[in-house]
Amino acid sequence: MRSRYAPVAFFIAVVIAVQFLTLIIDRPQYLTQLTMAGYYSLVIIGLCMLIGYAGQISLGHAGFFAIGGYISAFLTTYDLMPHKGNALAGIVAKAGLLVTVQDLYGGDALVFHPWIACIAAICVTVLIAYVIGGPVLKLKGHYLAMATLGFGTIVYKLVLGTTFFGAADGLSDIPGFKLLPGLEVSGKNSARIQNYYISWGMVALGMLLLANLIHSRVGSALRAIHSAEDAANAMGVNTGRYKLNIFVLSAVFAAVGGIFLTHYNGGIGPSEASIMKSVRYVAIVAIGGMANLWGALSMGIVLNFLSLRGYFGSYDDTVFGVILILIMLFAPEGLLRREVFRNAKKWISGRGKAEGQKA
Amino acid sequence: MNIELFFQYLAAGVTYGTIYAIVAIGFNIIYNTTGIINFAQGEFVMLGGMTAVTLHAFLPLPAAILSAVIITMIIGALIEITFIRWLTSPSVLRMIIITIGISIFIREAALHIWGEAVRALPYFTGTEVTVISAGDVHISPQVLWVIGISAVTVVLLTFFFNYTLLGRQMRACSSNRDAARLCGISAKNMVTLSFVLSAGIGALAGCVVSPITYVQYDSGTGLAIKGFTVAILGGLGNSTAAIAAGLILGILESFSVWVMPTAFKDVVSISILLLILFVRPSGIFGSVEASRLKEF
Repeated sequence: MRSRYAPVAFFIAVVIAVQFLTLIIDRPQYLTQLTMAGYYSLVIIGLCMLIGYAGQISLGHAGFFAIGGYISAFLTTYDLMPHKGNALAGIVAKAGLLVTVQDLYGGDALVFHPWIACIAAICVTVLIAYVIGGPVLKLKGHYLAMATLGFGTIVYKLVLGTTFFGAADGLSDIPGFKLLPGLEVSGKNSARIQNYYISWGMVALGMLLLANLIHSRVGSALRAIHSAEDAANAMGVNTGRYKLNIFVLSAVFAAVGGIFLTHYNGGIGPSEASIMKSVRYVAIVAIGGMANLWGALSMGIVLNFLSLRGYFGSYDDTVFGVILILIMLFAPEGLLRREVFRNAKKWISGRGKAEGQKA
Repeated sequence: MNIELFFQYLAAGVTYGTIYAIVAIGFNIIYNTTGIINFAQGEFVMLGGMTAVTLHAFLPLPAAILSAVIITMIIGALIEITFIRWLTSPSVLRMIIITIGISIFIREAALHIWGEAVRALPYFTGTEVTVISAGDVHISPQVLWVIGISAVTVVLLTFFFNYTLLGRQMRACSSNRDAARLCGISAKNMVTLSFVLSAGIGALAGCVVSPITYVQYDSGTGLAIKGFTVAILGGLGNSTAAIAAGLILGILESFSVWVMPTAFKDVVSISILLLILFVRPSGIFGSVEASRLKEF
């Protein structure tokens, strides 16, 4: 029991320490990128469950991120005022699902409440993930990779070609998301610290959920599927159902990341759905050690933070491409794994001994 | 829809379909010798087109195309030697991720070398307004070039695989690697050769199609997905069926513009890919029994 919660507690302590660190070195702007990195990390830990524990690759998770972000963005910005006479709009309004906000020109606009938009976005994601996941997860290897890549490309092309999703410009001027009175996801400078904690609070919650899942019956079933799917099947594990549920769970993680980041940034563009984003998530999971949630999380923070701060310059995508190649060539099971550390330790101590003998 | 428009769509469909088929054959050649799907196949097409455009600045067109094809072949060989050759029995997932990494690397390198500009070779004969007319039907001579060169390529490949020693050695490796090695065929060299061949074919396709479709640093990805769709549609590894499947996809895609916005053209072909994967992963011409025995 202790081993499960201790890392989460340690993680929360680190989150708080980092906030004070930015205060001490007087770089409050770092918190902005850290907040964004937090939401991307949500996608990454979800994907880590799917790739590392269920053993299924997905090259289309940016698609789920975009589905979440776009639906939430659309519902919270689409003005229902002209449709007020419409019966359906009337019902929605009576149910108290709508709020009045000021639009760009100071006029009133009638839009969905962010909570409603958020729940709707998650519901749609779950639905799409079940519909897509059912047939996709029956595939293996190349076919699975290509099918998920195809799904991601379809989402990308759809948001790029749809005018009410803003086509190539994406959606902007998305209102903040008031979670509770006084607690709002928005890009305002005054709410920077608050948002940092919202973002990393979400990640901590997600980690807690996934860590519990791994240590439960589900986790054992997943490990069985990963090492020998046919054997697991023969032992009575319903492999198809487990794979599908994890796929949907990881899609929801991606969608939630998308929803929150969209409200935080105040906008979303088609590049969030691009294949390169999906590949980037896979690269981070790989460098984090495939079946290592904490590795994936720490790499997610570090690499996303560096990338968002622009340290990679115009070589941003190249960095992730090269990471993928190097990891798969030299450490195909992932980089941050216990065995790697153990081998490194053995190697270092072995070398120390050899040198000692020489002397 | 009048008959004239019908033939315009048909001609466009056949042109694109031929290119998809050539990309699919590139996939098949590597798949047959290694069991790998090379996700960087589309990048060979892009590299061929881009290199030819650059070389055409100081070389005549045929020489530029020939040099571009040879340069891409060398790059294909280098990729295989650097990344694939020394791996011992890599898993499928590992190979997928490596080739994806390679494709990103090539694309980004192209971005830094050539920038984001859209380029094209000149039309091989005439200009973009030259048309060959037969009754009411008007087509560009470049369309004939694309179809002609692709047809010659396919014929040459068939000849190579059936009647030359090297081609037969490659086929031996694909049907039984261990037996081929016992006969003294170097399986590793055959794999390198398959990368060289498919890089060359891809580059040639990139050259002939560039006057019509233009070429840009990121045009490889789209082609790779279409090419893969065609390869699956025809049955992975079956190059003759790939030609038929390429024409089917090209024509379907071309006529989809008639009922849907052009922006969704790619959505149509990728939906076909998903549908085929879900319903009949052995392809429309492939045998279900044979595909069960393959390792994916």
